[in-house]
Amino acid sequence: MKVMAQMGMVMNLDKCIGCHTCSVTCKQAWTNRTGLEYAWFNNVETRPGQGYPRGYEDQAKAKGGWVRTSKGRLRLKAGSRISRLISIFSNPKMLNIKDYYEPWTYEYDNLITAPLGQQTPVARPKSLLTGKPMKIEWSANWDDDLGGGPENIEKDPILKKLAEDVTTKVKLAFEETFMFYLPRICEHCLNPACVAACPSGAMYKRAEDGIVLVDQQQCRGWRMCVSACPYKKVYFNHKTGKAEKCTLCYPRLEIGLPTVCSETCVGRLRYLGLFLYDADRVTEAASVENEQDLYQAQLDLLLDPNDPEVLKAARAEGIPEDWLVAAQNSPVYKLAKVYKIALPLHPEYRTMPMVWYVPPLSPIVDVLTETGHDGEDAGNLFGAIDALRIPLAYLAELFSAGDKEVVEGTLRKLSAMRSYMRDINLGRTPRPEIPAAVGMDQESIYEMYRLLAIAKHEDRYVVPAAHAEQAEDLERMGQNMGCSLDGVNLGDANAGPFGQSSGNPVPVTIENFNIMKARQSNE
Amino acid sequence: MSSIDVLLWSVLPYFAISSFTIGLMWRFKYDKFNWTTRSSQLYEGKLLRIAGPLFHLGLFAVIGGHIVGLLVPQSFTDSLGLSHEAYHLGAISMGGAAGVATLLGIGLLIYRRRTTAMVFVETTKNDKGMYIFLVATLLAGSAATLSSAGIIGKEHNYRETVAPWVRSILTFRPDGELIMASPLAFRIHAITAMVLFVVWPFTRLVHSLSAPIGYLFRPSIVYRTRDVRSSAGNRRSRQGWERVKY
Repeated sequence: MKVMAQMGMVMNLDKCIGCHTCSVTCKQAWTNRTGLEYAWFNNVETRPGQGYPRGYEDQAKAKGGWVRTSKGRLRLKAGSRISRLISIFSNPKMLNIKDYYEPWTYEYDNLITAPLGQQTPVARPKSLLTGKPMKIEWSANWDDDLGGGPENIEKDPILKKLAEDVTTKVKLAFEETFMFYLPRICEHCLNPACVAACPSGAMYKRAEDGIVLVDQQQCRGWRMCVSACPYKKVYFNHKTGKAEKCTLCYPRLEIGLPTVCSETCVGRLRYLGLFLYDADRVTEAASVENEQDLYQAQLDLLLDPNDPEVLKAARAEGIPEDWLVAAQNSPVYKLAKVYKIALPLHPEYRTMPMVWYVPPLSPIVDVLTETGHDGEDAGNLFGAIDALRIPLAYLAELFSAGDKEVVEGTLRKLSAMRSYMRDINLGRTPRPEIPAAVGMDQESIYEMYRLLAIAKHEDRYVVPAAHAEQAEDLERMGQNMGCSLDGVNLGDANAGPFGQSSGNPVPVTIENFNIMKARQSNE
Repeated sequence: MSSIDVLLWSVLPYFAISSFTIGLMWRFKYDKFNWTTRSSQLYEGKLLRIAGPLFHLGLFAVIGGHIVGLLVPQSFTDSLGLSHEAYHLGAISMGGAAGVATLLGIGLLIYRRRTTAMVFVETTKNDKGMYIFLVATLLAGSAATLSSAGIIGKEHNYRETVAPWVRSILTFRPDGELIMASPLAFRIHAITAMVLFVVWPFTRLVHSLSAPIGYLFRPSIVYRTRDVRSSAGNRRSRQGWERVKY
């Protein structure tokens, strides 16, 4: 057993109102640069819908993620290493900018500089890539809130995948405008296809917290990661010619702050915390034969942070004490593994994604209430779950490789929680048979309610700071340990024959939390 | 040998080698960030799908041909019993095919670059200059192939002139007289190629040095520990702003 820590996220889809604040603040923080105009490290897509980039979930076409070979081994869906190296001169599965959208701006200047005339001056759209006037035909959110109608929605790869009868069901329901939102960031997978596909070895998983990053000095722009990621969350910066992606805001996490998307989330639907997992068993778990077993296999990888054996193994791997405490208090571990109400997005891609989702429940309550039933009565709710307006099969395709029982299980827990809590809120005697019906006890269902409904900042984000003091120790070691070359002027090791002023690394943050605190309290 | 000949055939080669090697080292140390293919596939994929592999794979064959043709002495192939005629037939047919593929590829690539608005906008002056040297080298090389076959001018055996000259350079005993006996096309090809090596490290051509062969041998998932020295609060101070040592 090799214990590793992984920073993970859970999003409670019931709470997402589709306001795109996460996308906007993320864009302001990370991608408001030339070369990444079209890129959204965080995007919110309306489901049913095509998603961003268009139809990324159609893996028969996009060839993202992993496949299990007949021998039971994992191979990237894009092909063997050699075949991918040969196709390096023109990646056959590379996306075109039109699959995302052509970024544009408007000729705002025209509004104030146009000569006096009969017509009101207009700001025409202008392509940010060619500088020429363009027709806006698609964007990251063109089908937002089911925009474009059935014509657009029918191209949803998940709808296409589902059986005929289900499609008609969703189509009928379309008149009742049913939808939900799916915010997406990089999944920071345990078995990332992008990392495996990078010919330069520039992409890596950080050993400390599992964040998947691109080394900008080492990336050579082969763009294999862009197509290998089944979620299409690695973007090609067309200005620098390098891959860029969601960093899980690691400069913030390192000083104990939540990511920008989490911090600014209006619905407070995001949870951040640590998972401890067994790194030795990742490949084995990702290679289970039946796709519907992948969710359970992924769940089995997550280790119990209260198990003394696990703690001992974690300490042996050098995971700091405060990180172990954070893992014990981790909200994402509770939601994913203890309560089992958070599910991974598309486990069938075999990448072991580490951003989990609590599937949406809300609409059935409203539907039941409209039909004159008591929408929050446990009996009615349980019966109505398979009559959801958005078919269970659709949610199951997203979150459990099509296994409806898994999604139904989480929805039953959520509805049980509502019924149970309603009795408490209305001053009636709580009914222990409700949590019992979903295999929970009163205490745990109440704690789950606290975590989902009250969700204070410190409960939602349990982010242990990175250990910068280790770095300081290292530095001091070099200075004061004493060495046979002491007093010999070796010059600056980084200076090199061409002087120091060229090629300085660009700093990511100016000062860390501890330094800032020391400065503020000293002066 | 006039002084200009000495400059061209005994000095320029070493200048090219120095510029190429030192330039590459400088670029690798100080400009890794811009060391990339600067791929334009995001803008346009259909033409690139044909032109990219055509050019690159053709070029690999051309480079392989050069290595064999320039570095393997004629006496060696003679000793293997390979007749002069057979060697040239092979060299010209394979080299010709590779040359045609490369020229066709780069022709398509330049056409694509000029006609696709997005790609053209992203073409830098540096790229345009590089294309001039690259295409000039390819064209002169093709002309030299034709001339060695006797299609242009008199048939010429470059393995008695150009190849020994290259080996004389590599063994640090430059002998310009050798190449001066070759037809003009060969000499122009040699000069443009040397100029191409001079500018190589300062253009996008550097990506050719990054052929990711190591990919075949590394584990699938790469783990790295946090680089503590370059992380927040621990970066090297800027020149003139070094911390006081105590």
